[in-house]
Amino acid sequence: MGKREVDDRFKKFGTVSFTSITKVNDFVTKLEEGKVSGTCCKGCGKKYFPPRADCAECLSREMDWFDVEGKGILRTYSKLEFAPIGFEADLPYSIALLDYGDYKVFGRLDSSIPDDEVKVGMEMTTATNVLSNGQLNYIFKKA
Amino acid sequence: MGKVGVIGVGQSSFVRGYPGSIKELAFEGFSDALKDAQIKTTDIKASVVCSSPEYDKQRSAAGVMAEYLGMTPQPTFYVETLCSSSSTGVKLAYALIESGLHDVVAVVGFQKMSEISSAESQERMGRGADIQWESPFGTMMPAYYAMYAQGHMAKYGTTPDDLALIRVKSATYGQINEKAVYRKPVTFEMFHDPKSPMSNPVASPLRVGDCCANADGSSCIILGNEEMTKRFAKKPVWIRGIGAASTTVNLAGRDVFSGLTAGELAGAEAYKMAGITPQHINVAEVHDCFTIAEMMAYENLGFAKPGEGKDLIKSKETYKEGSIPVNVDGGLLSKGHPIGATGGSQMRTIVLQLRGEAGEMQVKDPEFGLVHNIGGVGLYGNVTIFGR
Repeated sequence: MGKREVDDRFKKFGTVSFTSITKVNDFVTKLEEGKVSGTCCKGCGKKYFPPRADCAECLSREMDWFDVEGKGILRTYSKLEFAPIGFEADLPYSIALLDYGDYKVFGRLDSSIPDDEVKVGMEMTTATNVLSNGQLNYIFKKA
Repeated sequence: MGKVGVIGVGQSSFVRGYPGSIKELAFEGFSDALKDAQIKTTDIKASVVCSSPEYDKQRSAAGVMAEYLGMTPQPTFYVETLCSSSSTGVKLAYALIESGLHDVVAVVGFQKMSEISSAESQERMGRGADIQWESPFGTMMPAYYAMYAQGHMAKYGTTPDDLALIRVKSATYGQINEKAVYRKPVTFEMFHDPKSPMSNPVASPLRVGDCCANADGSSCIILGNEEMTKRFAKKPVWIRGIGAASTTVNLAGRDVFSGLTAGELAGAEAYKMAGITPQHINVAEVHDCFTIAEMMAYENLGFAKPGEGKDLIKSKETYKEGSIPVNVDGGLLSKGHPIGATGGSQMRTIVLQLRGEAGEMQVKDPEFGLVHNIGGVGLYGNVTIFGR
């Protein structure tokens, strides 16, 4: 009997990944292709971000992928001066939430944006990002 | 339904680096409540043990607590909703009593935050959110509440100075609460003094002074049915309303970033059950893990209209002499926040207030008191209303 293949692609997500196995591992492959993606239920059409394998509305397990595209509105953010273990090298960094109407996206602000140009209500886009340790995530850029 | 009343309340001092085990720590709050109730452990028919297990090395703490506190062979079990664990424990005890299963139930909350090393604690801080989708971005508790502060400021024009006033109030009462971990004064000027640690940024717009004091501690609330409460309690205090709600862990699943909806829903449920409105509340304990959390609680509980919480603190209405005294025991900010013990400690304060036994912290002749206790970043909301 051969060794069972473990699909642990999710370990590539984020500065530190805390989990490696999920049914939505394709999210990471899509990040590698430059796309940030959510899932859309084939049964009832509900859009999910972050992506889910199971629909809580209609209990369907049939999902399509959709790409996060266009502009979202910055709902809120915070710039961190302290970080949890494993994130110190990223400091300072800002976590933030973008509102796309049908769904929202939690992530980080592009660190090249000057502090005084960040305003709640501004339009931003979501883009894939390769971290200095080779891990993948996504960041919000000025639209 | 019969009434559920409070037979005894107790808590340990909240301290940094408690010099004993978690069992010895829990014993302090428990024995304090037993002395208050003047009952024996055999009068207690079940126990509910509450903590956040990520800080405990002990697995399944309910069993070792029941043994150490002398409450075997009575049934015991464990409840966890992060920082609101002991409020949830009280809700469970309420249901056990109302169902007729047990006539007297002890709710024991504890947390020895120093049980694990500070590096381990830092590591757990990073896992405080959804570990799949949010923790990988480097999130932590102060930053989440800071996002709510930013949301509140953007929507209502609240300022960091408004938030500082809440910390100044808390410190006023922390100084007179002998159980508080932080007993020093905090002045408004410290938030503007670069040499004061209070002014150091943590996660914008929150500063060190906006964050609660870490502490080890325990609490205990002993509840009984109407008959037992009347038999044992010298000055009965009754649970009049009890509400609880939840919201999504992921911020992406939420719609409001200027208030905590689970706290608001829990409050509405508790007011409805008690048959009263916010104007009837004479004294309140609200979950002020960060200054912004107290500000949002003013508004979510109806003490102020949305966006007008800042006016309440500016006019000192939430001081002891004001129209709605809030956290006049120092709150989490100064009294300290040993996660699993916090809700029970808040309830102890309110019960002492309603009995007229709150000493220097006593407000004038309160009839109704409210406890608002939040778990996680607004994830679990719990509101309990007490009356004489």
